[in-house]
Amino acid sequence: MAISRGFQGRRRGDVDPARVPPGQYVTRDFPVLSAGPTPHTPLTEWDFTIRGAIDQPVSWTWEELLALPSETITVDIHCVTKWSKLDTAWKGVSLDVLLEQVETGAEYVLAFCDGGYTTNLPLEDLTGGRAWIAYEYGGEPLEPEHGGPARLLVPHLYFWKSAKWVRGLELRTEDEPGFWEYYGYHNYGDPWKEQRYRGD
Amino acid sequence: MAALDGNAIAGTLVAVFDTELTTAIGACASCGRRSLVGEFAVYLRGPGTVVRCRHCTAVVLVIVEAHGVSCVDLQGLEALEPAA
Amino acid sequence: MERAALPRRLTWQLATVVELVEETARTKSIALELEGWSGHRAGQHVDVRLTAEDGYQAQRSYSIASAPEDDKLVLTVERLDDGEVSPYLVDELRPGDRLELRGPIGGYFVWEAALGGPLLLLAGGSGVVPLRSILRHHQAIESTVPVRLLYSARSPAEVIYRRELAGVAADGAVDIRYTLTREQPEGWQGYGRRIDRELLGEVAWPRIERPLVYACGPTAFVETAASALVALGHEPGRIRLERFGPTGG
Repeated sequence: MAISRGFQGRRRGDVDPARVPPGQYVTRDFPVLSAGPTPHTPLTEWDFTIRGAIDQPVSWTWEELLALPSETITVDIHCVTKWSKLDTAWKGVSLDVLLEQVETGAEYVLAFCDGGYTTNLPLEDLTGGRAWIAYEYGGEPLEPEHGGPARLLVPHLYFWKSAKWVRGLELRTEDEPGFWEYYGYHNYGDPWKEQRYRGD
Repeated sequence: MAALDGNAIAGTLVAVFDTELTTAIGACASCGRRSLVGEFAVYLRGPGTVVRCRHCTAVVLVIVEAHGVSCVDLQGLEALEPAA
Repeated sequence: MERAALPRRLTWQLATVVELVEETARTKSIALELEGWSGHRAGQHVDVRLTAEDGYQAQRSYSIASAPEDDKLVLTVERLDDGEVSPYLVDELRPGDRLELRGPIGGYFVWEAALGGPLLLLAGGSGVVPLRSILRHHQAIESTVPVRLLYSARSPAEVIYRRELAGVAADGAVDIRYTLTREQPEGWQGYGRRIDRELLGEVAWPRIERPLVYACGPTAFVETAASALVALGHEPGRIRLERFGPTGG
C-alpha cells in the first residue's frame, strides 16, 4: 500500500471518538448514494401504506402524513461505505405514531420504495422512538436526491436501511432480504458491531 | 442523480474477469435489449455498484466489495458476449 | 474489428510525478513516469488510488491525456470544488511524489486508425481530455482521416490545451469549433450556448458521411449530444459516449 504524501480526504478530525462506530470516518458533506435513477412521484399521487400481515392495509396521503404529530430530531448517521455524519437534523413522523393503528403478529418488515428499492428490518427496530418517516432535512423539505419527498430514517442501523423514496412497509411473519441484503450486505446492520456484510 | 456508463467500471470488470468488457454485449434479462457494456447505466455511489439497462432500468449487474473480495452478480444479464 | 485491450495484468503500479503543468485555473496536467508501463490506446483511462497515513483510501478514474506515442504518460485533472481526490491532485501533488494507478483501462471509448472516420469529437468541459489523446494520436500517426472537434467550455479561460488546439487548428489538421457557454470574448463570432440539436446539426458531418462520433463530458452534455445526433439521423452504433461525473463513494 503506497501512502500518498499529505492526502487526508474530506474527513473531520475534531470529533469525539465515542460517537464514531468502528471503521467509520466523519464527513461534513452529505454524499448522495444511489442504486438507480431518482424517482419523482407527484405529491398528489404519493401515499404511504402499511400492508402485509395485517387485517386491513393502512394508508396515508401526503397531506395526511404531514397532519400527523411530527418530531424534529438530531441524530448521527452511519453509512456502510464508511462515512458518518454527526448531528443531522430531520423532521418527520415517528413510526410509533404510524404503527399505533396497526395490530399484527408480524416480526419483520420489508420497506418498499419508488424505484424498486427494498430493505428489511425487525419490526421491533422501528419502534420505541428509533425510526421515522422523515420529510425534512436541515430545516428544508427533503430533496429528491436525498430521498425526498420522504424516506425511512433508522439511525441506529447502517444508513442503507434508511430507505430513500419509501412508500410503505410490508409486515411479514418471515424475514425476507431487501436489495443490499440480497447482494451480500448484513441482514441486520448494527454499525457498532460493524455488521457490514453477511456473516460479519 | 445522473448515471455514468460502463466506462466507469471498466477497471473493476478487468480486475474481476481478467478481460476488457466494455466492448462486450450484454442482453438484459428483463427486456431482452442488447447493449455494449460500455453503454449500460452505472450507479457508482453506494454500498455497491449497480448497473442497469438503459431501456427498462432493470438491474443487470451488481458489484459488491466485501472484505476485499469483489462479488459480481450477473443474474440480470441473459447473455454476455465478449467482443470478437 | 477492434482488438481487445488486454493489459498483461491489471495491477496497481506506482508512478512518479515528473512534471505539473497548469492548464487553466482549475486543471492541471500531471506527467508521470512508471516502469513497465505497457502503453495505451487513445481514449483509455487509468484508475488512481490515494491512501492516507491511517489507511483511508479513495479511488477515481482519469482519462489519459497523452497519445500512445508521447514519451510520458499524462493525466489532466480538473479540480472539483467538493471533490475528495481532485483537489489533492491539482493543489497538493509535487514533482517527485508517487501516485498509485492501474491501467490502461477501456476498450469502448478508444480510437485508432483501423476504425476510420470521419471523426467527430464532442467535448464538454474536461471531457476534452481523452479527445485530446485521440487528436494527438491522430497527428502522430499522420492519419488522413478528417477530424472535427466541437469543444464546449464556459469561457475562454476555461479552455484546456488552448494554445495546443489553436496550433493544430491553424495547421488545418483539425477543424475546431468552440461554444463558450457563459462568457465570450469581445467580437466573438462563434457559438455562445449549450449544445442543442440545431448547433449539432450545423457542426456535425452530414449523416451520409457516417461519422464516427466520440462525445465526452458531464452526463447531461453527453446525453444531449447523443440524442441530438440520433434525431439528426446518425447511427447510434457509430456514437461512442463517455460520461464524467462525481463518483465519490
